[in-house]
Amino acid sequence: MEKYWHSVTLDKDLCKGCTHCLKLCPTQAIRVQGGKAKILKERCIDCGECIRVCPYHAKKAVTDSFEMLKRFKHSIALVAPAFYGQFSRTEDIDTILTALIDLGFDDVFEVAKGAQAVTKKTNELLASGELLKPSISSACPAVVRLIAIKFPNLISNIVPLKSPMEVSAAQAREEAAIKTGLSPDEIGIFFISPCAAKATFIKGGYTVNKSNVDGVISIKDVCIKMSRQFQKIADVKNLHEAGSSGVMWAASGGEAEATTAKKFIAVDGIHNVIKVLEEIEDGKLGDIEYVEALACPGGCVGGPLTTENSFSARAKIQRICKSIDDTDVTFGENINMFWDQAMVYRPVMNLDPDINEAMRKLNLIDELYEQLPKLDCGSCGSPGCRTLAEDIVRGYAKETDCIFKLREKVSAMARDMLELEGQNTLLSSKKSEEENK
Amino acid sequence: MAEVMKLHYTVSGDDFTRAGETSSKVKKTLNQLGFRPEVVRKVAISMYEAEINMVIHANGGTIDVDISPEEIIIVMQDTGPGIPDIEKAMQEGYSTADHNVRELGFGAGMGLPNMKRYSDDMQIDTEVGKGTCVKLVIKAKE
Repeated sequence: MEKYWHSVTLDKDLCKGCTHCLKLCPTQAIRVQGGKAKILKERCIDCGECIRVCPYHAKKAVTDSFEMLKRFKHSIALVAPAFYGQFSRTEDIDTILTALIDLGFDDVFEVAKGAQAVTKKTNELLASGELLKPSISSACPAVVRLIAIKFPNLISNIVPLKSPMEVSAAQAREEAAIKTGLSPDEIGIFFISPCAAKATFIKGGYTVNKSNVDGVISIKDVCIKMSRQFQKIADVKNLHEAGSSGVMWAASGGEAEATTAKKFIAVDGIHNVIKVLEEIEDGKLGDIEYVEALACPGGCVGGPLTTENSFSARAKIQRICKSIDDTDVTFGENINMFWDQAMVYRPVMNLDPDINEAMRKLNLIDELYEQLPKLDCGSCGSPGCRTLAEDIVRGYAKETDCIFKLREKVSAMARDMLELEGQNTLLSSKKSEEENK
Repeated sequence: MAEVMKLHYTVSGDDFTRAGETSSKVKKTLNQLGFRPEVVRKVAISMYEAEINMVIHANGGTIDVDISPEEIIIVMQDTGPGIPDIEKAMQEGYSTADHNVRELGFGAGMGLPNMKRYSDDMQIDTEVGKGTCVKLVIKAKE
């Protein structure tokens, strides 16, 4: 696997080279070069902000297709709780899960059950007093990546548990192997995902050696097929098992409220998450026990690969949760819920490995920045004047990429030419004067 | 090129919402320069406390940060009321902040103690009626 594989990619043909994604990217991972956007792979955290904002749909999430199901003898749809809030036709979980079976999956497994297991484990850890306060949830892979590149001091605050998706996948495989008698690698586990970050995670997560998920199919792709499926359902199977506290993880606040933490905060939207993480870093939120942090606005229901708007989806999830019991389906005795490997700081924002050299570069950046117009217009292809100055010093851009600098240069050149022309005229008139003498 | 990078900031005294801007900027700079995360954290927390102190007690002031690969020296100068009893001010929980400030969640009496805890050396030079100068040294080398 490539060192920095990303689900979020660019369709060059559709990209107009505008500045929408450039300016919203929370890690300044986008540049426009040669009229097309370019994603700096080491900085991208797959939050999907650019997918959401691109008016030309040039930013895409690479996910797997239904074709992949054929590779396995037994396929299981691992259903994100956000999926339940996507349909206007039904809010009945059994109906939704039955439609998935009709679509070609051999079985379904609700990630909400994994969420309940993670909650239980989190509560044990909170009670043990071993966690650093405030403890930060590890559920959102985009937030985990953000912390790995921008908040090294908070790495040890993350609760070192696998995500509900990963825990559910392990459990689903184990149960299916017993049920079908197949070997574990003949079973295909497919996560029905609201976001790109999960697709990136299964191909190269920071905290698991090898994901138990074999493929990620976007909620969008499934919904298109499902809309035709609902009418055909002959008999609704009894498939739903998860409790309401697991389903509520779909929307922001659900996860934190399910914990035993008395003082918690739930923050959603990647830019809000950054603000809160900065406050934690400054020691301002020391009295908070638990922080739920989700990159998408509204939580997973606001994922870039969902179809329903996050507000309607949230309302549906809330209605669904009221209509079902909070059944305790906790599992996890046989699976390792902790990270396989510790998270390490990835200092991709560093200017240079040598501090002296980095200081020299930073001085240059400051000097250059003072010369720039500070309009942050983005026309140069960098998200702002400060980043352009950085890019120049890093060797990726030049000063005349700034259109204002270019204009200054062009007018200076024009002045020089006029002056030159003036001198020539003066010379030739002097010459003709002398010839006439 | 000088081996020391000098940063200078003015902290405005009338805006609580902006307190923390300077420490945030310095934090970003140190991260870019590649200082160890623990060092950045010590600087960020001690500087934030100092900034808040300047706003609460002294109507603002100036902050000078000298960065070198060996250490980070932060000098904070204000022309506020000065500290009459440093020993008391160093006690955790002791605060002279008024009621309004406490309502805002500040003035818990942890400012100076936290600055001392997160720095490797702290010197306070203060004169009642004239102002206070706090110098913090944070070692960058292991």
